[in-house]
Amino acid sequence: MSSIYEMDYNVGSRDFAAAGDASRSIKRTLQQIGVDTSVVRRIAIASYEAEMNIAIHSKGGKMHLAVNSDKVVVATEDFGPGIENVDLAMTEGWSTATDEIREMGFGAGMGLPNMKKCSDEFSIESSVPEGTRIKMIFKL
Amino acid sequence: MVIQMNNEYYHSVVLDKSKCKGCTTCLRNCPTQAIRVRNGKATIIKERCIDCGECIRVCPYHAKNAVTDKLDILKNYKYTVALPAPTTIAQFKKKISVNRILTALKDIGFDEVQEVAYGAEIVGEALKYELMEKDVKKPLISSACPAVVRMLQVRFPELIENLVHLESPMEVTARLVRKRLKEEKGLRDEEIGLVFITPCAAKATTIHSYIPWDNSHSSIDASISISEIYPEILDRIDKVQEEDLQHSTGRGLIWAHTGGESSFIAEKQIINVDGIHNVISVLEEIENGRLRELDFFEGLACIGGCVGGCLTVENTFIAKKRIMDRSLDRKAGDNDITDEMIKSAYESGFLDREGKIFPMPETPLDPNIKEAINKMETMDKIEKTLPGIDCGSCGAPGCRALAEDIVRGQASEVDCIFVLREAINELSKLMYDLSEKVVPVMKDKENEGNE
Ligand SMILES: Nc1ncnc2c1ncn2[C@@H]1O[C@H](COP(=O)(O)OP(=O)(O)O)[C@@H](O)[C@H]1O
Ligand code: SF4
Ligand code: SF4
Ligand SMILES: [Mg+2]
Repeated sequence: MSSIYEMDYNVGSRDFAAAGDASRSIKRTLQQIGVDTSVVRRIAIASYEAEMNIAIHSKGGKMHLAVNSDKVVVATEDFGPGIENVDLAMTEGWSTATDEIREMGFGAGMGLPNMKKCSDEFSIESSVPEGTRIKMIFKL
Repeated sequence: MVIQMNNEYYHSVVLDKSKCKGCTTCLRNCPTQAIRVRNGKATIIKERCIDCGECIRVCPYHAKNAVTDKLDILKNYKYTVALPAPTTIAQFKKKISVNRILTALKDIGFDEVQEVAYGAEIVGEALKYELMEKDVKKPLISSACPAVVRMLQVRFPELIENLVHLESPMEVTARLVRKRLKEEKGLRDEEIGLVFITPCAAKATTIHSYIPWDNSHSSIDASISISEIYPEILDRIDKVQEEDLQHSTGRGLIWAHTGGESSFIAEKQIINVDGIHNVISVLEEIENGRLRELDFFEGLACIGGCVGGCLTVENTFIAKKRIMDRSLDRKAGDNDITDEMIKSAYESGFLDREGKIFPMPETPLDPNIKEAINKMETMDKIEKTLPGIDCGSCGAPGCRALAEDIVRGQASEVDCIFVLREAINELSKLMYDLSEKVVPVMKDKENEGNE
């Protein structure tokens, strides 16, 4: 039997009360499965950044978690508006966040770069206006 | 008697089974979901309990308590010293002098009294040096509250390296006293009895098992709760001949409430939070990397800080007000603490925590990761069959927790009264259907009659 655990999470646009729930739940799941604490930490940070990006920059979307004995995959998908220039978006410090968002402590432009840094494999595809997909792989 | 245990899961919080009614109140309030009600009585899952005392506070039947030592331990030592937590002072009206409180405490049968507020002032002043270290992990997280340290070990192991590397005020005070008694009075370690007057179960736990830094041992020998010693002090407070025992200033005393520790580095970026559930929510933000600019995080498990400890007597907010009043009065209290003294104590490593704090993650669903993954799947499936109203009647703190207990083999699906009712329904339907069925040999006879 191939052991794989999968779970989907919805992430609402601008739903700041619920934003963070998906990554919190991902972290809890991985802790209960017994994934190494330092890997859990990396996944928690990357998932949180991904989740906040969907909540802040997109029209809402989904996160998908898949765990098997040698890797954890966190994938996201949103309903647009997509990212015009992905290379630019991946640059440290680059952000289109509004002043209000910055006021809330987001918008440092470090989310995507940190997601890449935390994961062992990172891929991003985006098209305007369809949306953005991200896949992060963490080796166990 | 001193309980000598180095058991990792030693706890001070205990249950008085005769008082427990199995009401499930504590179940809902435990921040780590460490409590289950089994056979009508609450039980604590030791590896999860952080000794926060939340269950002691909420139990309507006072069935939860903390094991601390009793006064008769004093006869085990040649020389005894009481080390009252700053919160001890907060139990008394401001018009009663600190010296009078300390004298009454000493009169109970101690050879000496030395306030923990003294060590608190030293640790507080030393924080600035700790923040100046080049390799300091920010935010630096206060290690003053053992329940919070324990929470980090269980749930936020990756933040352990952010903990302050200094000993707690309690330990620093004890180290100083022990050193002095050995040097000046020629006493041997085992002749000295240092007794901490504790506001909480968490501190009592660190003394006996020294949990957070479990490869090390405490300089304190025993702890007696404030609530236990309070009436003894009260009995003597008017009678004693006041002695000059105070070594604390307002600086040290304010450690009793939230923000006291942070006040030593007030110009830094600080968040201070009390109440274990609030502490958890900020730790989550720190873990998510949202608070990178923060210099210091002071998190205390009890609402109000140590003045809200589960083994205190006075109302938390009245106690807090009293400490604030006393600390405003600059004239009150004086001591020998100087900048040079702090600096040299810091640099010599005298204030450093002995030993390492290890992660103590909870046991995974299964030691084998493949099995754990399968169990996680099963757990989700089971959860879907449960009503999702988190009623607690099954003895677990919620439906998901019951599902987890089931896959861990510690509970069964019919522990849920709704699943049980459903099962009984189906069973009775089945029984009815069966009763309608006729035994084969009878069948022809009945048919014959109908034809
Ligand atoms: N899911 C998304 N949908 C649309 N735009 C996005 C999305 N994620 C990131 N972006 C864009 O990329 C920029 C950089 O993202 P990030 O590195 O996370 O920084 P920040 O969120 O702080 O702005 C954002 O400001 C935004 O313009
Ligand atoms: S002391 Fe705290 S962690 Fe331990 S069982 Fe009670 S509420 Fe739970
Ligand atoms: S806040 Fe103070 S009294 Fe409460 S558990 Fe922590 S150390 Fe003990
Ligand atoms: Mg972002």
